[in-house]
Amino acid sequence: MKDRLEALKVEAIEKINQSHDLKDLQAVKVAYLGKKGPITEVLKGMGKLSAEERPVIGAYANEVRDSIQLELDKKQTELENAAITEKLAKETIDVSLPGRPVKQGNAHPLTAVVTEIEDLFLSMGFTIAEGPEVETDYYNFEALNLPKGHPARDMQDSFFITEDILLRTQTSPVQARTMEKHEGQGPVKIISPGKVYRRDNDDATHSHQFMQIEGLVVDQNVRLSDLKGVLETFAKKMFGEDRKIRLRPSFFPFTEPSVEMDISCFKCSGKGCSICKQTGWIEILGAGMVHPNVLDMAGFDSKKYTGFAFGMGPERIAMLKYGIDDIRHFYANDIRFLKQFKNA
Amino acid sequence: MLISYNWLKEYVNVEISPSELADKITKSGIEVEMVESLNKGISGVVVGYVQECIQHPNADKLRVCKVDIGQGEVSQIVCGAPNVAEGQKVAVAVPGAVLPGNFKIKKAKLRGEESLGMICSLQELGVDTKLVPKEYSSGIFVMPSDAEPGSDALEYLNLNDHVLELGLTPNRADCLNVLGVAYEVAAILEQDVKLPDTTIATSEEKAEDFISVSIESLEDNPYYGAMIIRDVKIGPSPLWMQNRLMASGIRPINNIVDITNYVLLEYGQPLHAFDYNRLGSKEIVVRRAAEGEKIQTLDDQDRSLKDTHLVITNGKEPIAVAGVMGGATSEVQNDTTNVLLEAAYFASSRVRAASKDLGLRSEASSRYEKGIDRNRVYAAAKRAAGLMAELAGGKVAEGIVEAGKREVNTYSVKMDVSRMNNLLGTTISSEQTSAILDRLGFSYKELDGIFDVVVPTRRPDITIEADLIEEVGRIYGYDRIPTTYLLSEARPGGLTVSQAKRREIRKYLEGAGLYQAVTYALTTPEKSTHFSYTEDAVYPISVAHPMSEERSTLRMSLLPQLLEVLQYNQNRSMEDLAVYEMGSVFINRQEVLNDLPEEYVFVSGAVTGVFNEHLWQGERKAVDFYVLKGILEGLMSELNLSERITYESGEIENMHPGRTAVVKLDGIPVGLVGQLHPALQKELDLKDTYVFELNATSLIDAETEQMVYQTLPRYPSITRDIALVVDQDLPAGDLFTVIQAAGGELLKEVNLFDLYQGEKMEEGKKSLAFSLKYFDPERTLTDEEVVTAHNRVLKSLEEHFGAQLRK
Ligand SMILES: [Zn+2]
Repeated sequence: MKDRLEALKVEAIEKINQSHDLKDLQAVKVAYLGKKGPITEVLKGMGKLSAEERPVIGAYANEVRDSIQLELDKKQTELENAAITEKLAKETIDVSLPGRPVKQGNAHPLTAVVTEIEDLFLSMGFTIAEGPEVETDYYNFEALNLPKGHPARDMQDSFFITEDILLRTQTSPVQARTMEKHEGQGPVKIISPGKVYRRDNDDATHSHQFMQIEGLVVDQNVRLSDLKGVLETFAKKMFGEDRKIRLRPSFFPFTEPSVEMDISCFKCSGKGCSICKQTGWIEILGAGMVHPNVLDMAGFDSKKYTGFAFGMGPERIAMLKYGIDDIRHFYANDIRFLKQFKNA
Repeated sequence: MLISYNWLKEYVNVEISPSELADKITKSGIEVEMVESLNKGISGVVVGYVQECIQHPNADKLRVCKVDIGQGEVSQIVCGAPNVAEGQKVAVAVPGAVLPGNFKIKKAKLRGEESLGMICSLQELGVDTKLVPKEYSSGIFVMPSDAEPGSDALEYLNLNDHVLELGLTPNRADCLNVLGVAYEVAAILEQDVKLPDTTIATSEEKAEDFISVSIESLEDNPYYGAMIIRDVKIGPSPLWMQNRLMASGIRPINNIVDITNYVLLEYGQPLHAFDYNRLGSKEIVVRRAAEGEKIQTLDDQDRSLKDTHLVITNGKEPIAVAGVMGGATSEVQNDTTNVLLEAAYFASSRVRAASKDLGLRSEASSRYEKGIDRNRVYAAAKRAAGLMAELAGGKVAEGIVEAGKREVNTYSVKMDVSRMNNLLGTTISSEQTSAILDRLGFSYKELDGIFDVVVPTRRPDITIEADLIEEVGRIYGYDRIPTTYLLSEARPGGLTVSQAKRREIRKYLEGAGLYQAVTYALTTPEKSTHFSYTEDAVYPISVAHPMSEERSTLRMSLLPQLLEVLQYNQNRSMEDLAVYEMGSVFINRQEVLNDLPEEYVFVSGAVTGVFNEHLWQGERKAVDFYVLKGILEGLMSELNLSERITYESGEIENMHPGRTAVVKLDGIPVGLVGQLHPALQKELDLKDTYVFELNATSLIDAETEQMVYQTLPRYPSITRDIALVVDQDLPAGDLFTVIQAAGGELLKEVNLFDLYQGEKMEEGKKSLAFSLKYFDPERTLTDEEVVTAHNRVLKSLEEHFGAQLRK
């Protein structure tokens, strides 16, 4: 009887190995392990066996059954994997075909530059102040130490609407408004980005509408050396860590002393090239210590408070940063131009 | 301001090169915009003496000259200049010489005659035609007779000089003259200023016997001085003076006029020379012009004056517009013998008014406008009179006939050294401060670090302590100021809610496929009113003096400019476009603009052509209304406003009447979305274009509730679909509203999943299919509850719209 079982096992395993698909395998399973299968038949004849033999044969029969089942399972996994492989092979696609485009626009380069500068100053504890683009003569000029008839008003030819209302020529009126709101209490620490307007003919370097970002810090003990620190941080973040800055004395009606800041040329590192007009330096912005008249007019005690202010042109910075040669590109909005600033 | 390096050296010792000097001046506060060499690449040009000059045998317009070019060498040179003549000293470019533009001179044969070089005009030596004296403007330049043949002609012509172009800020009018720059350079280089000699020998005659002077208003004209110079001989000024004038950008005229210009450049003091014999009287009266009074100016133009202009008169009629231009009748001419020299101080406002109204800007008027040194007027007059005696053979009558006060008192400004160091972040000592003030030529008293500084009258820009701090700081050197960091307590920066939301809107629109444009706020008066959806009366805001009609009026909508962007790109063959802009618009409800107009931030978009495209999968879909509406719906969801926004069909100027919705927030219009009116599309030559415009300010300012976390549904939802047949013109939005209202609390989601209007439908009907999702977050719904709610929906639909379930 044991031999019979042994023979069945060999026979069944052979049949399992010969199976080509799951259907064959199922047939083998039914044939050998089914209720009417030969092993069941063998077990049915166990009654004829002696009491000692019965458990031995019974155990052996179970062992045979288990081995067959094990083989069946093994084969089944094997056949299933093969089936999956075959199915996947049929599903193969050409991965080199182009993907479905996801619609994606991007920011205007000026916005990109302004946002970058905003974020930089936000990280230094500044907030962003805003004000109207149509301004009064008072905030645009008078509060900034430019009374009517002041020759420096000629520096900014303005679009007046009425005698007292004009398109702002600078974002400085926002500084005047902000200081006024502070009612003589420091600290003030703002930047004011925005559009400004001047009566200029549009050409490669002039635009009747352009952007400005100005900054203002008013507190006790604010020094010109602190302005140098802030501007150096700005220059390094915007134009590279190895930039050097240079302050030159200059003149603005609302600051005294006034300075202009140059950075060492990022193209030639100071050797002289066309970008820096052979000087090794590039003019970036104007700045200075807030004029005592401006502080007093805004309600700050100029004996107690000092401050610094600076102002820069995002167009100029963008032109330098990206090598754009004509300011009119910013306002023509040629889509081929705009698309280039995906990663700006 | 153009400053001749050689001229400057006359007043201050300069031992560094022009470019080194320029660098130092720039670093100390006056930007040198350019250093120009007057030698534009010339070599080998020498002085020659024309010994003989005969007609060329074969050419009418050429002369053959024998020219002594030094060391006994005589060259034959063919010359075409009409004014070449025997006995002249001329500039000769010998063979091997190079002229500007790398023009090399070689031996040549001209119509059969040998020519060993070229006799040069000033233009050929690189001088701008408009600076060349008129008598030499179409021929060669004739040099003074004492020029040595064979010596370097460039030395005589001062073409080895360099010119520094200063970019002067309005506060530094003191550097609008060579002496002023000399003071600046002296301070930078620690040198002294050598002043010109102003002692003059006067004749027996007294000026007061020739003229009297009176001023109507000392406010308009604080000082007027007149000197008399007799028996002058008009002729060219000496070459050195002509050279300096040309280097400074002024054309030499004759000795008298040149002297007034020379002293103007030297002292910054405008002077005017009248022909005394042509004055028409023996008196000078300075007064306001009468409205409409006439004068013929030097340039032979008839001018009509206003009562804001100041004139010099002979007691009867104007003979000059004060500080602006002299009159034609009293102009110095070739036969002039007696000169009245005017040295005056006119109020800058008077000069500005006349120069602006008459459109006359001169070297003189711009100096008066910017302010001159009152205490230098007399010195300048003496300097000019002395030069007229020296260079024009004149006799200076004794004295100056004056009205007003010749000089003003100086004032002083206090400066505290410790406050200076606090402002600059420096540690400059009192000793260092003293040394710097000495260099600047400022006198002062000092006590315990407090300086009392007397401001020289040439520096009226210095009025307060900060001005002095700047003076000391800039001479000390800004590169020596340390770099420090703000001491104030650290405060967090950060965007306001509005700023953050504006960034969010921009990011969202860019993510939705739109490119950001930035356009001009000024447009045409006509376009400024386009697309207005407010019902109130608004008045366009135009600037008083626009640069052009195109840019004259402030926008009330961003759309006209965005449409220009589409046109611009379509004209360059880009057809599929999606752009947006965020920017201010200006709304004025006042008939006369007295207060500032209202400003709102608008966000607008314009899309045309294909919007969705995946070609090899066969997808290519043009933009339509629902593309834009979808973008807006997503935006409203981003802003947490979805529930409060409605889209109602509406008619708006320039928009398609059937494809436009007014966007409302809580029932109040905040924008529009739709297709452009086909007529406008045609006019602008645009393809089908869809636009939206939203008042971002309103959307941002709308209070929204703080977002609250909703527990995730733990119980299953039940979905029921319904297909309805309704009248074709019934807006789907109405169905949504009714379904939502009738469904009650349990109805959590309604989606439209099918819309059919076609052959299979009864005429005038359409079918819509909705999917309704019911659930309760707290428990499992019973069938019964859902059936009740759902039946309520069906009943309500039938009651409101006669909607039938589609079979
Ligand atoms: Zn460079």
